[in-house]
Amino acid sequence: MQRAVFLKSLRQGVERRLPLIVVSPLFALSLFFVYGFIAWTAYISLTKSGVMPVYTFDGLAQYERLWATPRWYVALKNLFIFSSLFIGISMAIGILLAILLDQRIRIEGMIRTIYLYPMALSFIVTGTVWKWILNPGLGIERLMRQAGFENFTFDWLVNSDFAIYTVVIAAVWQSSGYAMALFLAGLRSVDDEILKAAAIDGAGPWLVYSGIVLPMLRPVFLSTVIILAHLAIKSFDLVVALTGGGPGYATDMPATFMYAFAFQRSELGVAAASAVMMLMTVSAIIVPYLYSELRGTRK
Amino acid sequence: MFHSKYVLPLVAMAGLTLGTPARAEGTVEVLHWWTSGGEAKAVGELKKSFEATGGTWIDSPIAGGGGDAAMTALRARVVAGNPPTAVQLKGPGIQEWAQQGALNDVQAVAEAEGWDAVLPPALAGIMKYEGQYVAAPVNIHRVDWIWANPEALAKAGVEAMPTTWEEFNAAADKLQAAGIVPLAHGGQPWQDATVFEDVVLGVGGAEFFRKALVELDQDALTSDTMVAAFDQLRKMRGYVDPNFSGRDWNLATAMVMRGEAGFQIMGDWAKGEFLAAGKVPGKDFLCAPTPGNGFVLNSDSFTFFKVEGDENLTGQKVLASLIMSPDFQKTFNLAKGSIPARTDVPLDDFDDCAKRSHADLVKAIESDALVPSMAHEMAVPRSVRGEFLDLVTEFFNSDMSSQDAVEKLAAAVKRAM
Amino acid sequence: MRRRRTSGIVRPSGPGAVMLRGLLFAVLALFCLYYLVPLFVMVATSLKSLEEIRAGSFLSLPREITFDAWGKAWNAACVGVRCDGLEPYVWNSVLMTVPAVAISTILGALNGYALTKWRFPGADIIFALILFGAFIPFQVILLPMARTLGQLGLAGSVPGLILVHTVYGLAFTTLFFRNFFIGVSDGILQAAKVDGAGFFGIFFGIVLPMSLPAIVVTVIWQFTQIWNDFLFGVAFTVGDSNPVTVALNNVVNTSTGVKEYNVDMAAAIIAGLPTLLVYVVAGAYFVRGLSAGAVKG
Repeated sequence: MQRAVFLKSLRQGVERRLPLIVVSPLFALSLFFVYGFIAWTAYISLTKSGVMPVYTFDGLAQYERLWATPRWYVALKNLFIFSSLFIGISMAIGILLAILLDQRIRIEGMIRTIYLYPMALSFIVTGTVWKWILNPGLGIERLMRQAGFENFTFDWLVNSDFAIYTVVIAAVWQSSGYAMALFLAGLRSVDDEILKAAAIDGAGPWLVYSGIVLPMLRPVFLSTVIILAHLAIKSFDLVVALTGGGPGYATDMPATFMYAFAFQRSELGVAAASAVMMLMTVSAIIVPYLYSELRGTRK
Repeated sequence: MFHSKYVLPLVAMAGLTLGTPARAEGTVEVLHWWTSGGEAKAVGELKKSFEATGGTWIDSPIAGGGGDAAMTALRARVVAGNPPTAVQLKGPGIQEWAQQGALNDVQAVAEAEGWDAVLPPALAGIMKYEGQYVAAPVNIHRVDWIWANPEALAKAGVEAMPTTWEEFNAAADKLQAAGIVPLAHGGQPWQDATVFEDVVLGVGGAEFFRKALVELDQDALTSDTMVAAFDQLRKMRGYVDPNFSGRDWNLATAMVMRGEAGFQIMGDWAKGEFLAAGKVPGKDFLCAPTPGNGFVLNSDSFTFFKVEGDENLTGQKVLASLIMSPDFQKTFNLAKGSIPARTDVPLDDFDDCAKRSHADLVKAIESDALVPSMAHEMAVPRSVRGEFLDLVTEFFNSDMSSQDAVEKLAAAVKRAM
Repeated sequence: MRRRRTSGIVRPSGPGAVMLRGLLFAVLALFCLYYLVPLFVMVATSLKSLEEIRAGSFLSLPREITFDAWGKAWNAACVGVRCDGLEPYVWNSVLMTVPAVAISTILGALNGYALTKWRFPGADIIFALILFGAFIPFQVILLPMARTLGQLGLAGSVPGLILVHTVYGLAFTTLFFRNFFIGVSDGILQAAKVDGAGFFGIFFGIVLPMSLPAIVVTVIWQFTQIWNDFLFGVAFTVGDSNPVTVALNNVVNTSTGVKEYNVDMAAAIIAGLPTLLVYVVAGAYFVRGLSAGAVKG
């Protein structure tokens, strides 16, 4: 009798804590593989690590080195230019296409797939094609000149000052369809009644979208910005496949900078320092987002 | 092409000369980035020879970026504790890895076969760590070559290969006037640096090259000679076609082959591409050293990493012995365009460019004009080399003045030391 | 999917409406062009012979269609000294992707379910900490991960790669499922709880069957990410067990003096075909799944 009661209470106890028991190991994995590794990286940034990690403390020397390297500033500037243009343009195209596609288009399914497919392909795959299209001797420039526009020039890919914009063109191509899908999904989940009421009140389409629908999509905006920002910060394949960081290092980004220093130059310490700077940037974006996200679900 | 002719003697050789009896079941995993024409063919020769001894060859090719991707993989594998048996790794890089205790030595094989007697002392030094061989060289590459298309030169009225940079400039102007791209070049940092170091050799001579690019002497780096070298590099920028950015070196070589371009400045691996396309030296293409009467040395080698188990250790020894065998050195270098690292291999089957390379090498050793290549990781640590590449490539792709370049370079080198 | 009647900038009738409708299609078609040109170039080039590629513009249609390049890319292109094409590597990728997608999706579903429907103290903080993992640049964790895999004895193996992808996919899968479950009303679950159904009983009996939209979104996302990964593949696999992206890189960067652009392009399409197929087949469910909750804040 005693035993049965005990077992029953044990079972109930386990049952009650089951959610925590299920989540804990996964959470532990996360702690180790994300935060453990971040801590490791942060420590390496304070050592003299070169070819391989060493663990003797060396102070902030690597950070001084990092901030004295001109290439790091180029990488930061590029990240800024690239992220703002990439996120801005992708969002604009995404919203536009989502609204247009929401007008009861009969072949919507096909068009949607066409807009979305670039997300499916890796830049290892599409980088070569973009290189051709943007290369002045092979692509658009040659095409236009053959068509009779002798003075047409489109040499951004090989021009140090403009090469970063070609990276934006290719990145927008890849991700704007995804932004479109997110917004389209958002539009579809807006309650019909609200729109009906607005239409009855005589609000024009412009007013309906800018005044009622888009403000309601605030959470979608947030999700989209986060997903695009994460793609921008991680952008690596794209730069490597399209420009290789060139001409010179004109299209270097923090991710490629870090990779180059860690694996090509055997300067793990500097690479780790740049990684820490990157992670701090990421936190600056993510932490406020998480804060608002969680506050939003509590209410 | 070389199949049965060379494999049979190699089998016999491997059995005879190896100190320990060659066990047939050795296994090697080889990490390399030789995936292009002449190079892929050359490494294919090594694989064939190794398999002919009954061993198992696991191929780990990782293409791209002159081995950058491969180095990433190498680091991950060493950290994880399962390094490849042998890695295409060279120069000061060998010492860096050896200091981490990541290498196995093959001293037993080297002693049994007397490597010391057949390798140039300068090269042998690079292969050793604390007096023990940890790597085996497969070849000697010369970096300071100019390749040319004779038809293109004739069309533009250029009669002889240039022997000074002034002559080069004059010839390039003629080519440009004839509507031919004077200099086939790929805008990748290491290619920019290759041209740069050849220019430094021509402008300043071997002694200056050594001071500036090997010993990293601040006075030499900021000297007027260095400014003059950058001036010449700026001139060369004008001889390159507009689409050079990011182009692979072998595509630049193809431009010379097709006569679209007159010259290319590139190491003698470019010859491997010419030969793979069936071109004949002296007839379809010309070779001449860049100005300066020196010899910029580059050498590929396989470095032996710390593997365990009889199977792998046996494979490692067999491979070391195979790489240094005269027959292999001959077949490999015939395919790759370089000359054997062993000085005692007869060069009868080699082309005129290779013979010239060997003669100049001997001469350069005598006159102390043999310098290790900065661009090809023979001279300085990768961190310093990286700073050189950043600066040179930025100079090449901007309108930076030579004076600025010299100052920035000196500062960057100081930072990296 | 719900369909609205009243929305839209376009009025249903009148000459102005026809004009607007025309403009609408023109804009949509223009964007179709932007998205399709690279794919067109790839397909057209892969069907041309090398002579034609060299002679003509890369935008022209192939004069003579040949599938030689496809055959070569599939089983004869050289990857280093081996010339077996992409075929063996495609199977490597399948072996790695399928388990990694399945495991990370199931774990993400469990996580999302436990974090939203069985709220316990600290659930939000745990979620926030897990989510941050989605934003860690992968280059940062390459070396510590290599070390960990080595100590687990998983270095250079497919299970090791599956572990890596599962761990770093977890943040996104948890996010997708959590956002989906938040929109699911608690009523049914409360009823089930009253009836005595337990944690797993409710999960398998009620929650999983109704979360098809979220599963579709998650599987598409994970499949794309894992199949297309290059960095982990190059660092954590050895030669013969390389995924297809690494092999593709070797094919494309292998140039035998003459670059075989048609083979390169065919190889690129082969490597991208599985993900393309997933998007085409499951694309309709994708937007539906997103609107069912995965994008809501």
